[in-house]
Amino acid sequence: MKRKLEISELIFRIISCTLLTIFAIACLYPFLYAVSASVSGKHAVEYGEVVLLPKDIQFEAFARMFNDNMFWNSYSNTLFLTVYGTVWSLVYSILGAYALSKKRLLFRKTFNFILVFTMWFSAGLVPQYLNYLATKEVFNAVGITDDKWLVVIAMGMAAMNIILLRNAFEGVPSEIEEAAIVDGATEFQVLSKVYIPMSKSTIATVSLFFAISRWNGYFWARQMISNKNEHPLQVFIRLKLEEFTDPEAMAGWNEVYASDSVIYALIVCSIVPILIIYPFIQKYFAKGVNVGGVKE
Amino acid sequence: MKGKAKAADYLLYDPASGTYREDPEQAVRDDVEKHYWLHVGRTILKDWRLYVMLVPMLLVFLFWRYLPMYELLGAFKVPDEVLPVAQQDFSGFSYFKELLVGGQQVSTDFWRALRNTFLLSFYGLCFGFPMPIILALFFNEVRSNIGRSALQVMTYLPKFMSTVVMTSLVTMLVKQQSLTTNMGIISQLLVDMGHIVTQLLSGLGDWLNIASLQNVTVTFLSQETAAAGLLNNPDFFRGIYQISGIWEGAGYDSIVFFAAIIAISPTSYEAAQIDGAGKMAQMRYVVLPSIISTIVIMLITRIGSLLNIGYEKVLLLYNDKTYVTADVVSTFAQRHGIEGTRKGLASAAEMMNNVIGMMLVIGANKIAQKASNVSLY
Repeated sequence: MKRKLEISELIFRIISCTLLTIFAIACLYPFLYAVSASVSGKHAVEYGEVVLLPKDIQFEAFARMFNDNMFWNSYSNTLFLTVYGTVWSLVYSILGAYALSKKRLLFRKTFNFILVFTMWFSAGLVPQYLNYLATKEVFNAVGITDDKWLVVIAMGMAAMNIILLRNAFEGVPSEIEEAAIVDGATEFQVLSKVYIPMSKSTIATVSLFFAISRWNGYFWARQMISNKNEHPLQVFIRLKLEEFTDPEAMAGWNEVYASDSVIYALIVCSIVPILIIYPFIQKYFAKGVNVGGVKE
Repeated sequence: MKGKAKAADYLLYDPASGTYREDPEQAVRDDVEKHYWLHVGRTILKDWRLYVMLVPMLLVFLFWRYLPMYELLGAFKVPDEVLPVAQQDFSGFSYFKELLVGGQQVSTDFWRALRNTFLLSFYGLCFGFPMPIILALFFNEVRSNIGRSALQVMTYLPKFMSTVVMTSLVTMLVKQQSLTTNMGIISQLLVDMGHIVTQLLSGLGDWLNIASLQNVTVTFLSQETAAAGLLNNPDFFRGIYQISGIWEGAGYDSIVFFAAIIAISPTSYEAAQIDGAGKMAQMRYVVLPSIISTIVIMLITRIGSLLNIGYEKVLLLYNDKTYVTADVVSTFAQRHGIEGTRKGLASAAEMMNNVIGMMLVIGANKIAQKASNVSLY
């Protein structure tokens, strides 16, 4: 028999459902508005007549984006930075975390401290900037003139991710490793055939963290990549926003669509790919929060 | 029986023959003690593959995390275009003095930036921190699984935007009115809402014949303020910063609290109900004790990072009209050191901020260890 709901429970339930729905709608509304504004007609957008649904539908703003070579260029640059950056970060993080997870490693505490200290203290923007400038000179001297490689190699290290990997590797039972060594596996084979397959889900979570930070990277990419053709998407979006929200630059705007629609179209274009892969990555994302690096 | 006096040290007693014999491992121990570094070298050589694996990571951290710390020396040196930082002349603590007690514009700006850094985090702690907990409590009340998942997905969504896209959207939603474009839709809605409430009240006043209601005007946001652009107004920066932060993160941050709540066994609720506990009493005696440790850890982490504010979001939202409330230490350093030419001064400013920040983090971690036997690192 089901117990009758107490009146206080019922009231609380109704209030919480209502407030949650309001909050969820408020979360979603800016996206819906962005979609509507990007496809609405010039007059409707310029006079604030679009509130939720699009009005006088046009797709010229999207067409403008899609015909812009720089847009596709920035997308491919972002893909370049994300793919190579994630792979590079993963390679040295996995190797390092594996070594750190071994109790027999000499100076293990020191190496750990070297990592953890970077989470406590950072030198700050200016020293880092000077450091990247120096790195750029060194890279140029050895023939790497493409600034994208500077961003890939010199940026995006995260001590937290290495510690997550280390904790996962420490959780692998040592008997399996011993069995592999008895069978004649080398150190590298132990890592690639035993440890990596056994910590797949942590590696997936960590790669996701790396990939997201690469995809979102803006400030240093804008500072360090001097060639406009090599700007990633985030920098491209920001520069467009700066251009299009400057009232003086926009005074002579006479296209068949509003200038705001272009920015909204750009925002929509940058969110859509993430929405497409979101269902696939969501499970790792939620898991990542719970691993959180907490160590008993 | 020679050396019986030393026996306790390194001779082993052999019960079978009743004699003492040498401990075979003692020779190794002696050797290690005498030639410590030789031993280290041998161990590394024997296990060299493991140490080679460490090298790339150590180099990356050395080059791009620790060498910048060496550049911090610039905070104590006289700047020079040509010389590397090591060969520049010492200027002592002149930059620190200039920032802290200089009495010039730059010193006032620095104190303002320090205060803003603290206030932005502190308000985040007051308003942003409780939101995920409240959301998690609410999610727990939604009985239908599909409905709850739908609501959760909707609230997680903003987290998947990059900072640039998020700030672009915010900028567009509250932007100023110009000759060719209307003000942002959120400003517009806030202005309109004031009109609607005013009309409702005056209608109510007519109906009830109350003169004071008929003439009242409600404004959430005046037309002029909205038209000038909310991001150009220092009074609105902190509000926009916090609200966009809640919009972006509250749903996603509720995951960890929600996980703690659904781990509560249903029998705990039943027991409480049999004891006659109403909803509030259940919250107080069942739910709260189960999630309090999560809350404490999160709170301590948050306090620890009070001064480590994300500079990107501020940098993307502020402009020269809102420095009064928006300028934080990182952006102060960025303006003076990267855009401007006062690199030493900027380094000094950020160094002070980061050293205090580090002490907060370490202190917070110590407290977390004491409070829950859980270390965050």
